[in-house]
Amino acid sequence: MNPVYYLYLAALLFTIGGAGVLIRRNAIVVFMCIELMLNACNLAFVTFSRMHGNLDGQIIAFFTMVVAAAEVVVGLAIIVSIFRTRHTASVDDASLMKL
Amino acid sequence: MENLIALLVAAPLVGAALLLCGGKRLDRTGHLIGSLFAVASFAIGVALFADLLGRGAEDRTLHQYLFSWIQVGGFRADAAFQLDQLSMTFVLLITGVGSLIHIYSIGYMEHDERRRRFFGYLNLFLAAMLLLVLADNYLLLYVGWEGVGLASYLLIGFWQHKPSAATAAKKAFLVNRVGDMGLSIAIMLMFTTFGTFAFGPVLAATGETSEGKLTAIGLMLLLAACGKSAQVPLQSWLGDAMEGPTPVSALIHAATMVTAGVYLITRSGAIFNAAPDAQVAVVAVGAVTLLFGAIVGCAKDDIKKALAGSTMSQIGYMILAAGLGPIGYAFAIMHLVTHGFFKAGLFLGAGSVMHGMNDEVDMRRYGGLRTYMPVTFITFGLGYLAIIGFPGLSGFFSKDKIIEAAFAKGGTEGWILGGAALLGAAITAFYMTRVMLMTFFGEKRWDPDTTHPHESPKVMTIPMIVLAVGSVFAGGLFSVNETFVKWLEPVTSFEHGHSPVSATTVTAATMVVLVLGVGLAWAMYGRRPVPATAPRGSLLTRAARRDLLQDDFNHVVLVRGGEHLTRTLVYLDHSLVDGAVNGTAASMGGLSGRLRKLQSGFVRSYAVQMLGGAAVLIAATLLMRGV
Repeated sequence: MNPVYYLYLAALLFTIGGAGVLIRRNAIVVFMCIELMLNACNLAFVTFSRMHGNLDGQIIAFFTMVVAAAEVVVGLAIIVSIFRTRHTASVDDASLMKL
Repeated sequence: MENLIALLVAAPLVGAALLLCGGKRLDRTGHLIGSLFAVASFAIGVALFADLLGRGAEDRTLHQYLFSWIQVGGFRADAAFQLDQLSMTFVLLITGVGSLIHIYSIGYMEHDERRRRFFGYLNLFLAAMLLLVLADNYLLLYVGWEGVGLASYLLIGFWQHKPSAATAAKKAFLVNRVGDMGLSIAIMLMFTTFGTFAFGPVLAATGETSEGKLTAIGLMLLLAACGKSAQVPLQSWLGDAMEGPTPVSALIHAATMVTAGVYLITRSGAIFNAAPDAQVAVVAVGAVTLLFGAIVGCAKDDIKKALAGSTMSQIGYMILAAGLGPIGYAFAIMHLVTHGFFKAGLFLGAGSVMHGMNDEVDMRRYGGLRTYMPVTFITFGLGYLAIIGFPGLSGFFSKDKIIEAAFAKGGTEGWILGGAALLGAAITAFYMTRVMLMTFFGEKRWDPDTTHPHESPKVMTIPMIVLAVGSVFAGGLFSVNETFVKWLEPVTSFEHGHSPVSATTVTAATMVVLVLGVGLAWAMYGRRPVPATAPRGSLLTRAARRDLLQDDFNHVVLVRGGEHLTRTLVYLDHSLVDGAVNGTAASMGGLSGRLRKLQSGFVRSYAVQMLGGAAVLIAATLLMRGV
């Protein structure tokens, strides 16, 4: 099977994620879309690793997963905190630093 | 003997310090202390003169090094004195005439309650003037130059309760400042050109320097001389300076300080010799001023202002002679010395007349005073004969030589300068005869009920007699065997000029114009009674009464011009400079206001910006690759 198809899939996933980030207001959904973009990148890395026959892409994919896990922890904590104070998860409502 | 030079300056300086800091305790003896220090300085001067005479002609330059004044890197200024034939001549003139005028002032200022202060200022002047002529470098000379300016300011405004005196002092100070700026620029140019400003190295190095630089230095020195010596175009202060007490006018504004410009040019002779263009400027200034002063002197009814015009004119002669180069330097200094005698004598005579006439200065209110003040009449008369160049008296020898040297300049220039000098001699004869006739001859034009003319006390007449003796004999004494020229020759160098007309012809021409001038004055003021109020007069007379419109000229050109300039500058400052600054601030504010809107707080708009940024980066990378 031609590995280039994986790249097309990665690009498609990245675009869906990007569009979600730009369009959706719900913080949780935006967050999930970011995860989608990260994983699209991971897919592309792994594909390139396969195509070039070395392991660099796979190693970077692991790094990305670790960073994404850390980011999820911090990001969800922030979202929960915002929801508690503002009773909404809309990113547009949280446009000011003060309440 | 070298160590005595500093004492020359120190004596009057100590006197000034004592008198000005001593307070009221010295009020009763201040005039004696002041005179004592002046005479002491004269005595030291005479001792040094005797020492110089005992040496060979080439060995007559003494140096005294006091201390290193300023030393920064390559810049070095020493406090050191140099006494040679030229400075010796000045020292004797300054301290000699200075001492006589100190003594005269004892009588003249007797009833002034600030007499102690007056003597303090006079001593200060002597110290500064001696410093000026004894300095061995231009920077120390500049200190003396400023010092005499200060003393002149203090003494012109001595009667500061009179607004006119206060204004005159300020005017003299300001006009002098313009000249002083010239001197300071000249000194800076010297330092950049020669790396030093000591007389010796600077004057020795003129041969290896470009003529353009020397011309610039020469012109700046001329500007300085114009300020101090009241030459056109900086002449306007001298007439007003007559607001000071008469002894001050005699000492500072006739005999010594105003001749500092001649000293400066003669001292810097090597620079001018190597810069013919600057010399042309010098003779032009001299010739214009000698006519200018003479014309002003003809129209003034104030006896002191008439004499001030005469001073200006006579210094014009000296500057003219100094501009002629080696054929003229010695004669400039000779005329300077004889002028010191007769003009100081004339001013002291005028002071004596004022003393006996309730301080009246208007000559139209004098008349017939010769029988009331015989000593003043005779001494003033001798000074008068000396200044117009009566054969055998001082002025005859010195002025005649200058006229001769002017002709010897050669070419058309020589004829113009010689002609101007001859014309000046005629006008001199005219206005001095006018002063003489209006003051001592004719009918009495004063009120016998309120005015009781009387001869002045001995303390005033004796200095006048001494000066009159000098006015009679000095010129002849200097001219026997060319004593004076030979004395100065090692410093100023000397050449005999080749005059297109013989010396006898010049003398004859001088005599003819002398007789013409005296005759015309007699026809106008001797044969006819002098009106007690001034007639309206011709256009030239009216202009000359207003000092040939010098103040109007200065007002229109400098004051008005200055006002317009400042107004323009203020306008430019407001519109251009402030506009640029304020405009920058406003545009920064506007730009920030717009940029601030980018930070909306909406996360999604930031995300779009990031996306856009990433797209641009990728596009740029691809483009670079493509290239």
